[in-house]
Amino acid sequence: MGSLFDIIFSANFGYAVLRVTTPILFASLGALISIKAGVVNISMEGTMLTAALAGVAISAYTGSAFGGLVGAVVVGMLLGLLLAYFALNLKTDIILAAIAINLMASGGTVFGLFVISGDRGISSSLASKVLPRIQIPILHQIPVLGPVFSNHNVLTYVAFISVALVYILLYKTPLGLRIRAVGENAHAADSVGISVKKTQYIALIMSGAFAGFGGAFMSMGYVSWFSTNMIAGRGFIALAAEALGMGRPFGVLLTSLLFGSADALANALQAFRIPSEFVQMVPYVVTIIGLVVYAQRKHSAAQKVRQEDRA
Amino acid sequence: MNKRVLFETIRTLVAIGVALLLALIIIFSVSDEPGYALERFLLGPVTNLRNFGNVLEMAIPLIFTGLAISVMFMAKQFNLGAEGGFFFGAVGATALVLTFNLPPVILPVAAIIVGALAGGLGSALPAVLKARMGASELVSSLMMNFILFWLGLFIINNYFRDAMAGAMASHRFPDAAKLTRILPGTRLHFGIFIALAMVVVVYLFLYRSRWGYALRMVGLNIRFAEYSGINTKSVILYSQIIGGMIAGMGGTVELLGMYPRFTWFQLPGYGWDGVIVAIMARNNPLLVPVFAFFLAYLRIGADIMARVTDVPSEVVAIIQGVMIMLVTAERLLAGWRHRMVVKEKMKAAEAAEVEGGGVQHG
Amino acid sequence: MEEILAMKGITKVYPNGIVANKDVDFSVRKGEIHAIMGENGAGKSTLMKILFGMEQPEEGEIYYKGEKVILHSPNTAINYGIGMVHQHFMLVPSLTVAENMVLGVEPKKSSVLFDFEKAVQMTEEVSQKYNLAIDPKAIVEDLAVGKKQKLEILKALLRGAEVLILDEPTAVLTPQETKELFEELINLKNQGFTIIFISHKLKEIKQITDRLTILRNGRSMGIHETKAISEQEISRLMVGRDVVLKVDKQPATPGDVVIETKGLSYHDATGKPVVNQMSFRVRKGEIMGIAGVEGNGQGELVELITGLKKPSVGDIFIGGVPVKDLTVKEIRNLKTSHIPEDRMVYGVAAEGTIGENLISDRFDHPKYNGKLLQKVKSLISRSEELIKDYKVKCDGHTQQVNMLSGGNIQKVVVAREFSSDPKLIVADQPTRGIDVGSTEFIRRKLVELRDEGTAVLLVSADLNEVLELSDSLMVMYGGEIAAYFEDASQVDEMELGMYMLGLKTMEQHEMGGATGE
Repeated sequence: MGSLFDIIFSANFGYAVLRVTTPILFASLGALISIKAGVVNISMEGTMLTAALAGVAISAYTGSAFGGLVGAVVVGMLLGLLLAYFALNLKTDIILAAIAINLMASGGTVFGLFVISGDRGISSSLASKVLPRIQIPILHQIPVLGPVFSNHNVLTYVAFISVALVYILLYKTPLGLRIRAVGENAHAADSVGISVKKTQYIALIMSGAFAGFGGAFMSMGYVSWFSTNMIAGRGFIALAAEALGMGRPFGVLLTSLLFGSADALANALQAFRIPSEFVQMVPYVVTIIGLVVYAQRKHSAAQKVRQEDRA
Repeated sequence: MNKRVLFETIRTLVAIGVALLLALIIIFSVSDEPGYALERFLLGPVTNLRNFGNVLEMAIPLIFTGLAISVMFMAKQFNLGAEGGFFFGAVGATALVLTFNLPPVILPVAAIIVGALAGGLGSALPAVLKARMGASELVSSLMMNFILFWLGLFIINNYFRDAMAGAMASHRFPDAAKLTRILPGTRLHFGIFIALAMVVVVYLFLYRSRWGYALRMVGLNIRFAEYSGINTKSVILYSQIIGGMIAGMGGTVELLGMYPRFTWFQLPGYGWDGVIVAIMARNNPLLVPVFAFFLAYLRIGADIMARVTDVPSEVVAIIQGVMIMLVTAERLLAGWRHRMVVKEKMKAAEAAEVEGGGVQHG
Repeated sequence: MEEILAMKGITKVYPNGIVANKDVDFSVRKGEIHAIMGENGAGKSTLMKILFGMEQPEEGEIYYKGEKVILHSPNTAINYGIGMVHQHFMLVPSLTVAENMVLGVEPKKSSVLFDFEKAVQMTEEVSQKYNLAIDPKAIVEDLAVGKKQKLEILKALLRGAEVLILDEPTAVLTPQETKELFEELINLKNQGFTIIFISHKLKEIKQITDRLTILRNGRSMGIHETKAISEQEISRLMVGRDVVLKVDKQPATPGDVVIETKGLSYHDATGKPVVNQMSFRVRKGEIMGIAGVEGNGQGELVELITGLKKPSVGDIFIGGVPVKDLTVKEIRNLKTSHIPEDRMVYGVAAEGTIGENLISDRFDHPKYNGKLLQKVKSLISRSEELIKDYKVKCDGHTQQVNMLSGGNIQKVVVAREFSSDPKLIVADQPTRGIDVGSTEFIRRKLVELRDEGTAVLLVSADLNEVLELSDSLMVMYGGEIAAYFEDASQVDEMELGMYMLGLKTMEQHEMGGATGE
């Protein structure tokens, strides 16, 4: 096992953690914003997938990686808008509407890819672009820190900066105040003339935008192509990360890193003689354990109050 | 009551109509020969027996997962683990038929039981976490799908893999395990009877048994159930475990009816399809086969269309999504319904006035 | 004085078919305090929600300062100068007072960021101007009820309200807080504000209002000068009859103790004792009423007895059996019935059929079950019997409960709970918000059951009901027994009020045999 520790404490592993955390972090920040506004968005998976395809297609069409990114984010926002319209205007159960979006995305992207390029399953004939990596001056030269933190895809930095931005948005702006008010007591917000619907629309569109970033990273950073079901449950893991992050942007950062580490660990473990199936299971098992720990803590906190009462 | 049924029926028809219209638009915009494509899509499944057989074959797993999801949704348990349960049930059945040498009839029956247990096991964890600690079954069941998938693959790969087969596959199933084909010229198998029997069983369970009653009351209003003395925790447990078991049965029936060996190296997706069927059927077990057939018809139609024209079959995914969204859209046509109610009540109020009574109020 | 606001021919029908307002005319003058009166469910709140833009009427017009207006949303109402203080406070608990104050009209700095300091300053300004003291930086969930209400009034004033609607503002206040509120309201009136005051408390209305409008069954019973109308007349217009509902009953003949509590306490999540050291007993064939201002632990007491909550300290015995650790089912099996305070939350599954709702406590009884399946026929015939016996007005047992009127929904609950041959009935607000006919019916049934030997614990915010039905009477204040009267017919209403408001508390020895210590 000694060499396992060597791997975990290597700069490569640190780099890998940040890389695989990126899409999860984007999606869980998106989930966080929507939940703060009192609307659960479980369509992150499908939205990321659709955005990943949009990024590849549009970057190939425009010849610009940036164009692809913008396209992916716009598509993400549109799906957020779609979910909002159904959930808020037509009063579709938001979980069922999101499931519908996920279902549409998994088949629809295959359909879309075929219509756009004639490719089946993987975008091999699309000359899509990749978003640039960024070498951070000075930091890049420093041993250990350099290899871990420098030379990441631009979106990895965007993801981590977004944590602070989301914090400022939620806690330091009027919109954030409204989002939290709507999520905590929609009637109160309504009674002072804040449009609950509009605020939730904004939150869902923003969560779609974050999923869009996550999708763009997957197809234009993590790898350089689109393939069927390439999100592989990351959108769902992000929901768990959000749930464990206790509604705080920095909490979400930590839990996303936890899941990212599990993912990276799964990749690292492949070098050992552990059956690959178990390695693949790691992130999902960690998620369940995380949920259990989280629920247990909430549960025992409630019980503690009760026991103290009896004493 | 009847008015409600009428209203729901109209809404479902409108949803289907809009979705098909959308399909029409998509087909016309992507195809060079839209008329032919459309004809194949809508009529392909009934042009010959083999195609129609395909529809019925496909309806079988959809009935099972549709029932599984209906049971769980009826209790308002958003367990989405039918996907994993279906897959893991098939793994369990594979393990059984490749390990024990039992005579015909007994072997598939045993396999179905083991498959059901395996599926139930898969949804037990989210159920326990929900009942004991209030952890969201939604997220944990989604995670379980992936865990069961990899665990299942591990079991097949390490214990039942046929090294001689080209691709990854288990050993061949003994003939005794297979479900009889019942319609020559198709692959339609005995499983359809098992599926329809399950429809009846689930209906009786939900609407005629005390456990089903408790389950439905928990789904309608959990606080009312608690107040009435219903053990809501046990309902949360058994609704999900039974759902998982039905999914596991479905996986077994599908595998033994359609495949000579275990060859699934992807989640088959029937669990999600079950969500579609259950939603369209409003969780009513008697409607599940209707919509399972409908969905299967669309799928097979799209496959036939894709084979002979330039329209990919995945167009169905879009149709399904739109249907679910519209069917569950409470506000769709609600304005019309509200006007209907208002008119009626105003009339009633005026009638009451004539009689000298007051307005009924709440 | 000119009319500042008028509503003409307002009709409102909810999607479930309930007609909340029918052709209501209403108007207020500038600078008056105007009461809207009516029983629970008379349509007061709906009318005010329409005035505040929260609901849209099917028919009718609204005029503000002589101009016809359409109030699509609270925002429109606020912009015209109409503010509302809701019965359930519209506050965000985790935010500060200042943040709640400016919600929707947030001050900004550097054009994008929220300016908290400015918000604090704005709060202080308004609070000083109208002499309503409050700490802008306090977290709202830590505030006392009276302060929260003050915050609500300040919120409306900050937004430039000229007309203030207060929905049952005194329901949650202590007498001191009520007194303070009235002083503040009169102060505001003198500054030219118009106040609409929803209430069903006669005395308060006589005390501070200039005019009043009475609603009954969704209709207006006219606008009256407060001074010119007697309390009897108001009450006649409100309930539609001259006498308060009278229930004929013989004196009780109490038997053995059915329920007994000893030192019963329940602490909420914050550790506060909501029910504190309560010891009492109710005997066979006796109705014991519990009077008290709502929120003094009555609800929790009921939930403790019926098993929905577990006591922190103390014991409960039903028929001599300790029930502290029993489940709801086990307590029900001891022949305990429960009419819950909120029928829509606990009492029924609104989307279920009437038949389904009638059997929720006995669906698993051997009588109605075979080995595997239920005996559907006997369940249905039982349901039909109950519908007939309890005169539930409906299309049959397959009708959905939410299609019924409030009174008929309550009859469904009562039919279920009264028909299980109960030894103990815990009735929490059994006639709240329902029509007179159903009310009379339910009260009569309660007395009938008492005569047959059932012990009844009756919790009601309706003083008439408690006094009318109870054999013995207990008053709860602050989670404790403030008073106990062995003979409820000897209770003086004024004295009762003193106990209910916590102005007086009985000594242990005065309570006599009640506590059984």
